[in-house]
Parts: sequence; structure tokens; C-alpha cells
Amino acid sequence: MTESISASRFGESLTVSGLRVVARPYRGAPETPIVDDITFSLPAGEVLALIGETGSGKSTIALALMGHARRGCRLADGRIMLGEISVLEASERTLRGLRGDRIAYIAQSATAAFNPAKTLMAQVIEGVVIHGQMSRSKARDKARALFAELMLPDPEHIGDRYPHEVSGGQLQRAMAAMALISDPALIILDEPTTALDVTTQIEVLQTFKRVVRERGATAVYVSHDLAVVAQVADHVLVLNQGRVCELATVDQIIHAPADDYTRRLMEAARPTTDKPADRDTTDSASHGEELLRIDHLHVGYGPLGEDGRPAHTVLENLSLQLNTGRALGVIGESGSGKSTMAHAIAGLVPPHNGGVSFKRRELPYALSGRDQQQFRDIQMVFQSADNALNAAHSVRRILERPLQRYFDYTRDERHARVRELLDLVHLPSRVLSVRPGALSGGQKQRVNLARALAAEPSLIICDEVTSALDTVVSEAILNLLNDLRRELGVAYLFISHDISTVRRVCDDLMVLRAGRCVEYGACPTTIDAPQHAYTRQLIASIPELRTDWLDRQDFSSG
Amino acid sequence: MHSPVLRLIGRQLGSALITLILVSLVIFAITSLLPGDTAKLVLGQFATPDQVAALRAKLGLDQPAPLRYLHWLGGLMTGHLGVSASNDMPVSTLIAQRLPASLLLAGITTLVSVPLALGIGMISAMYRGRLADSALNVVTLAMVAIPDFLVAILLILLFAVHLGWLPALSYISSIHGVGDFLRVYAMPVATLCTVLVAQMARMTRIALINELDSAYIEMARLKGIGPVRCVLVHALPNAIGPIANAIALSLSYLMGGIVIVETIFNYPGLASLMVDAVSNQDLPLVQACAMLFCAFYLLLILLAELAALLANPKLRTR
Repeated sequence: MTESISASRFGESLTVSGLRVVARPYRGAPETPIVDDITFSLPAGEVLALIGETGSGKSTIALALMGHARRGCRLADGRIMLGEISVLEASERTLRGLRGDRIAYIAQSATAAFNPAKTLMAQVIEGVVIHGQMSRSKARDKARALFAELMLPDPEHIGDRYPHEVSGGQLQRAMAAMALISDPALIILDEPTTALDVTTQIEVLQTFKRVVRERGATAVYVSHDLAVVAQVADHVLVLNQGRVCELATVDQIIHAPADDYTRRLMEAARPTTDKPADRDTTDSASHGEELLRIDHLHVGYGPLGEDGRPAHTVLENLSLQLNTGRALGVIGESGSGKSTMAHAIAGLVPPHNGGVSFKRRELPYALSGRDQQQFRDIQMVFQSADNALNAAHSVRRILERPLQRYFDYTRDERHARVRELLDLVHLPSRVLSVRPGALSGGQKQRVNLARALAAEPSLIICDEVTSALDTVVSEAILNLLNDLRRELGVAYLFISHDISTVRRVCDDLMVLRAGRCVEYGACPTTIDAPQHAYTRQLIASIPELRTDWLDRQDFSSG
Repeated sequence: MHSPVLRLIGRQLGSALITLILVSLVIFAITSLLPGDTAKLVLGQFATPDQVAALRAKLGLDQPAPLRYLHWLGGLMTGHLGVSASNDMPVSTLIAQRLPASLLLAGITTLVSVPLALGIGMISAMYRGRLADSALNVVTLAMVAIPDFLVAILLILLFAVHLGWLPALSYISSIHGVGDFLRVYAMPVATLCTVLVAQMARMTRIALINELDSAYIEMARLKGIGPVRCVLVHALPNAIGPIANAIALSLSYLMGGIVIVETIFNYPGLASLMVDAVSNQDLPLVQACAMLFCAFYLLLILLAELAALLANPKLRTR
């Protein structure tokens, strides 16, 4: 089967010169360049990685390669040659013919990029059928063969399913089938594994690498993750604020980066193995007073069964203890129940069994049963500061709200306290009058943190606080979290999917899998010598900055 | 019985029943509060108190209100809508005479306005921010802003008085052939469509634009799918939920609009019957018409919910 679908055409070379894409933020505004003066050339059959932080223009370039600009943007200048075809000079009709035929695109979030109202098969074969490349039945056969090659379960019938009926990793593979079905000369992969769990990412990466190599297709791989890029790319183009910083082979970038910015990116990407000096790593039980204690917590949803348990269990028999001023990291993949645990402690989701006590007092399940003191003492910081901060309120109003609710300050005391809070999170006082929309991602997360600190809590629940941030920015936030703990003695329940961030902040570590705790212990020992096979797999799945890392991973370890 | 479609129909019918009972209570309370006495109105100002008392007894008006309500509700359940107070005919007969004409007018209006509105909404959404969109925007805004009775009068002035092309009054009995049919229905339907099309087109545009901004549409474009197919095959199935609800809400306006239009064009439908009933204090007739309009509205909502459910595989296959 694999023989019949292997590529008959080889990839084409890609040359880009002087590419400039401009944007007009609103009507009547002057056009500002998003990317400017982008020049590179890629020999046929090789893989180029575009790497940079949020807003560096890497996705804009990837889309420009297909002659596409997002709403409000315009391909202003430059030349893109795919083999003999000049992409930017092509008519709309020619472009339509190129896309989904000679050039294929794999989007970041397959969950969003698949139409929820149509079956996988209909969407996978749509392009080639529309372009008249093959008949519907031939296309279906080829799609099934690709499903098998991409190791999707039940390749004969999975095409009949709708996107919500398959997992994220499977959708990402189905999207690869959608891209490969036309035997494209150029494949553009836009952060294709970013939305996946680490253990899933490995498998998908290995599959992608294999199929691209086997077909000899030219590929452009967009990513913010240097370690991922090191596994798949031949060349790396480092972007900063829409301009080329460095273009070199992947070995050169890793071992001898020439540009300052590249070196900074490398710094942030290397896992810090050394422990922060100011942190003691002794056994948690011996430090501080008992703050939060959970005994045999069960959380679920759905109607109660005959045994008194809900139909769907999210958390099962979870116990933990967190002392004052300590930090407990909770790690697990999506669906492991780590956010549910945070919500249960915060009083947003009622558990159906088990005890939660806070400062040696029973903590009522529901918010309505808790007193003012308990409200104030437990604060939550959410992943997305964008959604957690009211976009219509100024930063001052956001920070004053908890002060008014919990404390009897005079106006002057309140203003002084707001300034103190800003100092704590290292924000200038000029941000007070602006709304969250005018702040950068890192600044918003600092405001988010200051809002939680305003209540003077003893416990802050941090739910994926750095996952929406770029590596350099998230480094700064993690440092801030450590400083705050040392200065204020606040305890953290730190929820993350990323082991390296947990390591930077936490004393203890709990590993959750499918609602159960599989490992619980002091943080450094657990990470350095994991006892449970799943913890080992989680740690082993984090890509390392070596080009041969992916090829050495044993696929069947999961 | 476990199919989500049946479950939805069951749930909707149940809540529709409760709504209808609540509405019947409100209608009964309001009509009871209307000033004046039906018996006196029917018999004229020279009736003796004895005559009035006798008619009141015959109409059941001498009984306490809760009893009258229960009596009426019982009648509704068993299909007896009561007897018209002003002309002594069963309400069901009166309604049956007029209902088909109103349904025909509403039906034709729906058939004209829905496709027109969907078309305008799709074109607006596809050419968002461009000239075609702006032009359609201005037109639909104007159409929403002008009250329907004004549209009707302007149409009559232009086509009936000045140009003399169309009859100012809609006499259904004068219809002999397709030409007559079109001439009679042109203005009433056009009047009703003005507001309806504008509302539905704007809602369609917004629902589609929401979808057209999503990642799966960008993906479809990057697969080389043309703009028309993107809208029809990709965006539309996902926008059907909100669009169907907007259509149902707009069409429920139709029942109110029809009262005005039928009155202006002297169209022999349900509305003129209801207007006469109100001015005659013919409570059984008013109540029956109001219940009918309410039931029609609930039916529209049920259909909209069904359309939304059938268009969404996530709900359909659960």
C-alpha cells in the first residue's frame, strides 16, 4: 500500500526575496510592515524552520508562501518562486489551483481548522476533488491509505467520523493526510504540534518527519520551540519583530549561534538543571503550618449511579497536604483533571466525596458556604489573563476592586496599596490608567497576579499561568513567582503541563493521570528519579536541544 | 426514544404547553380588564337591565373570573373555542373562514423573504467591508427603520394612485389567473417583506461573518476552495443555528405585521376579524386568536431549534 502512494513528484525549490507584508490596524491608519525584507532560498526536498516569538511574523510568512494574507494585511512587496511559479504574481484563480494541490498547509490547531459540521473524509478529499486531480472514489482510497500510513486507528472507517469524535492528536494526523493527499511540492506546517500533549507530540512529530522525508517534499516548519525544530529541520531562519536575525543550518544555530537574539532564545529554551540557590528542598511536611489538606477527594459529573457515584469520574481518591509558604506543582496532560482539582479547591466545582480543610478548618464545597476570610485567603490566577481581566476596566479599577471588597481602606490607603502591588509585580505606575488591551501578554499576567495578591491570600492557585507566554517572558514571570513567595510567604498550588516550569517554582510535585495521582513527592527527587513509568514517559517526552533526540526515542514507550 | 431529535421535540412540546397555559392566563386576565361590558355593547344602549342580565347569564359573564377561566381553558383543551359574543357563531367556524387567507399571505411572504434575505446576507458577508456590503447595509438599515404602515401607504400612493398598476385593496374574489394573483398579492407581500428581509439579512450576515472568521474557513481557502463554496458548503451549515433562530423571530413578527397589512389593504384574513373582535369586545374571539398566534410562534421556535440540531453533528449524534 505504501508503495502506491509514495510521491511520484519531488519537492520544488523555494526562493523568497525581499518579502514584505504590511498591515493596516484600522481603516484610515497608515500601513505598517509586519514582516520586511525576508530573503531565503530552500533547495528542493529540504526542511526550513521559521522560528521566533509571538508577533515575530513567522505565521505571516508561512501564509504569504501560499499567496495568502490575513484580514487587514497585504502582501506588499517581494518575490516568491516555487520552482518556476511566481506565487505573488499568480492570479486568484491560479493561486486557488496551487493551494491544496502543489502547496499544502497544516495548521496549528486541528481542532479549530476542521469544519465541525463535516466528516473527516469529506474535508480530506475536498481539495483534490475540487481541483479535478482525482475522482471521489480514488481520493477516498488514497485517503484511507494515508490514514493507515499516518497510523490512525481504524483507517477504513475513521473518515466517516466528525472532528469532535476523534482526539486532538488524531485530528492533527488527519490534517496531515489532508495535506499529503495531493502529493504537494511544498508543505507548510504552522506549529503543528503546539496544541498537543508532550507524549502525543513525540508520536506526531515522528510521523510527520517520516512522511515528509519519504516524499522528498520541500517543507517549511513554523515553530516557537527550538527543541522541536532541531528534530525536523535542515535549516533555521530566526525571526525577530518581522526581520531575519539569522539564517543557518540547524547545527550551526544550536552549537554556534551568531546572533545575540538567537543566543537569548537558546538560553530560554535550555532547561535549567541547576536548582535556584535560595530554595530549600527538604521534606515539605517539616516546614510551616498545615495550610491546605485534601483527603480522598472524588470529583465527577453526570447523574449519580446506584453506588452514589457520578456517571463520569474526573478525580479519584486524591489526597495531598500543602503547608504555609510551600509550593506544590500539579502536572498532567489535558484531561488529567488538574484544572478540575483547582476548581474544586476554589469552590467552583463541587466534589461529591472527600474532605478539604484549609487552616485546619473544614472548607465547604460550595462558594455559598464559605466565609469572607476563606474567600480572601484562597486566590486564583488563570491561564489566560486576556479572559480573566475585564477588558473594559482600567488596571486601577481591577486592582482596587478586591481592596474594596476585603479591606476597609481609606481612599489614600487604597491608592498607596495599589502602588505597592504594582511594585511587587514590577510594573510602572503609568499602567494604572490603561485598560488590559493596551498591555503586553507578560504585563497582563503581572496585573493578573497583582489582583490575586491584593487580597493578601495565603494560597494562590496558579492554573497554567505561563503557558500562553513566550519563553523569555515566562522566565520572568516564574522568577517573579519565586520572589513573591520569598517576600510574602504565600503558598502556591501550581498547575502546569510543563515539567520544566514546575521544577523552577515548586518544592513538591504531584503527577496526575486520568484523574488519579500516580506519583507524589519532593520535586527534584521526583524529576531526577521518577518512580512511576508514566512520570518517566512524561519527562522523556520533552524534546531536547539535540538534532538526534527524536530519532533515538523509542516509539512504543507509551 | 433516545434519539436527540425526539428528545428535543418532546422537551419543546412540553415547554410549549406550559407557555401556552401561562399565555392563556395572561390573555384571559387582560381581556377581563378591558373596559366596557360585552352584553351592553351587543344589545346597544337601549337594552333593559333585564335583557343585559339575561345575555350576561347566557354568555357566562355573571360567573366569577376564575371559574370563567377554567371553563374557557377546558373548552380550549377539548377544541371548543366558544361562541362569538357579537355574532353568535362558533369561534372555530369564524376562524376557519379567515385562517386560510392569512396563512396564504404569510406563506407567500415567507417563500419570498427567506431566500431573498439569505441571499442578501450571504453577499454582504462575502463582500464584507466592500462597496456591495456597505450599499446593502444602508438599504437594509433603511428598510428596518421605516415603519411598515408607512411602506404600505407609500406603495399604494405610487402603484395604485399614481401609476394605477395595482389595486389598492386586495379582493381575493377578483382573482382569475396568475396575473391577478400577482397583482393582488404584490403590495401586501412587498410591505411585509421590507422589514422581514432586512432583519433576517442582517442576522444572516452577522452569523456568517462569525463563521467566516474561523480557522476552518481559512483552512478551506488554503485548500484552494473558492469563496462561494466556502460560504455555502463550509460556513452555512455551522451558521444555521443562529440563522434559523433569527428567521423564526422575524417570522413571528409576521403575525403582528399581518394585522397592520391586512387592515390597510382590507385583506380578508384573520387580522381584520381580530380587530373587529377587539372593538366589539368579543372576548372569546380575541382570546382564541391570541392563542392561535402564540401557538404559531411556538411552532416556529420548535422548527428553528430542530434545524439547529440537525445541522450540528455534535448534538445530532450524541
